[in-house]
Amino acid sequence: MTEEKALSWSVLVGKSRPLAPPLTRDLMGIYTLWQRDVIRLWRDRIRLVGSFIQPLLFLFILGGGLSPRMGAMGVTGSGGTLGYQGFLFPGIVAMSVLFTASFAGVAIVWDREVGFLKEVLVAPLSRTAVVIGKILGGATNSVVQGSLILLLFPLFHLHPSLGRILLAFLVMILIGLTQTSVGILLGVRMTSSQGFMVLMNFVILPLFFLSGALYPLDRLPPWLAMASRADPLTYGVDLLRRALTGVHFHSMLTDLVSLGLFMGTMATLSVVLFNKTD
Amino acid sequence: MIEARHLSKVYKARKGDRTAVDDISFTVGEGEFFSFLGPNGAGKTTTIQMMVALLKPTKGTITIDSLDVVASPHEVRQRIGIIFQDPSLDDRLTAWENLEFHGRLYGIDAESRRTRGNFLLEVLGLADRKDDLVRTFSGGMKRRLEIARGLLHAPRLLILDEPTLGLDPHSRRSVWEHIHRVRKEVGMTVFLTTHYLEEADSSDRVAIINGGKIVAEGTPDRLKKDLSSEMLTLETNTPEKVITYLLESYPKLSGMIRKEEEIVSFPMPSGEALSPWDLLRALPFPIREASVRRPNLDDVFIHYTGSELKGQTSEKGVRP
Repeated sequence: MTEEKALSWSVLVGKSRPLAPPLTRDLMGIYTLWQRDVIRLWRDRIRLVGSFIQPLLFLFILGGGLSPRMGAMGVTGSGGTLGYQGFLFPGIVAMSVLFTASFAGVAIVWDREVGFLKEVLVAPLSRTAVVIGKILGGATNSVVQGSLILLLFPLFHLHPSLGRILLAFLVMILIGLTQTSVGILLGVRMTSSQGFMVLMNFVILPLFFLSGALYPLDRLPPWLAMASRADPLTYGVDLLRRALTGVHFHSMLTDLVSLGLFMGTMATLSVVLFNKTD
Repeated sequence: MIEARHLSKVYKARKGDRTAVDDISFTVGEGEFFSFLGPNGAGKTTTIQMMVALLKPTKGTITIDSLDVVASPHEVRQRIGIIFQDPSLDDRLTAWENLEFHGRLYGIDAESRRTRGNFLLEVLGLADRKDDLVRTFSGGMKRRLEIARGLLHAPRLLILDEPTLGLDPHSRRSVWEHIHRVRKEVGMTVFLTTHYLEEADSSDRVAIINGGKIVAEGTPDRLKKDLSSEMLTLETNTPEKVITYLLESYPKLSGMIRKEEEIVSFPMPSGEALSPWDLLRALPFPIREASVRRPNLDDVFIHYTGSELKGQTSEKGVRP
């Protein structure tokens, strides 16, 4: 026993080994930070269930109440007419991704508050890797959340093909990545998670209302149409709706390019800002 | 191991720049136990942040293990284990996950993570709590886990920033037993800042920082001897009068007399052929109680910084 102990102490002595190449270190760091966020989500199942409630209220109470008045919202891929609840469904899937992803930004503020961020910042990996790990972790959580809602599609008489469901997943991932980046961008400089929550409410609701999740975009007043085009979520909702119901407003190319551009810009900005923050 | 030369840090602010660290230089040898003491806001934490490349020095250089911190931050960080002043564990993860993730961030291979992690948890008395969430841990256990985590990547330099802040006396003692054990077994360099000056007593060398400058440096014994051979403490009904008298009779004591309600304490004036007994007898005021003792690090600290570390009231030194 004593011999083993002496041997074990000796493991801690000696020259430092050379560092692995930067890319290897960063990839390992990204994987580790991502895994940490996923574990934390899994441990926090109550929150997962809790945030499942709000979308249901929208779908069944708001949707159920409005749908008798709304008439047909468009023609589905299979030629049938689309009711309001079916129209609303993709918007609510996007909403649940949006909400969860936005609050991934609070995770970085929270990490700062509880001190864990320091532990990560003094580790031998680049800050870029830290941000990417956080973005991927937050996006994963939001996609898991969105998928829980997505699974309800049979309730709304939607019959997307497997390929279209995969497209819906891709869109959820893009929305998740974009919105997590926005959350981190806003969270990087903040030191109080309460302040962040307040700020985030000012950001989330306009994004959600302007996105066309609740209403069609084809007969908007000009100023609203303009604002809607500047909202990244608009393209996500539109593409999700196309994937799940066949109804859409923008072309697929517009949707994909806009989503990609927004995502790239937001992720780059949050990396740049995080690298500049003390 | 550590070499800081003309290190300065200026925080830029709209209201005016604030110099947190002002042209300090110090070296810490391989295997040395070095204590860095100073009141709050003296520049200790800023110095540590420059050592681990969280902050860039405004001026000057700092090298660790002959590596420049600004030029090769990651190589330096791999050589440093740091225990922060405030908790820095993820309390939603288990003890083991905290170690595991730390090991991965520092590029330790899976086999070493397992053997070292198990060994460190055993040594620090946490082996049976390995798979428990950190949020269920006491303050002392969290600190011990942070020590285990800080050692996992076999650092050459261990930085302890107030390692026992907020711990009860029992946990404090246990944390120190572990730190001393590690030092004995591994022989690593230790850089300590602390509010409990008796913890710095066992260090090889002490530097006292005040207002961003190093105001004294040496072995604890040397610093105490430089202050005085004896400290005198008096209890009297008329502390103000006693102080006025002392300052008139021994101008050298200027700035070295402390008063706490009715208790007055000061070092014996140096360079005078005078015993404490002579001094007491010459006092023209009634004294209730008097005692003579050797100076400790607290006295040294108060002498150089004009403030006490532990008390809430910062200014207890009486200056004419």
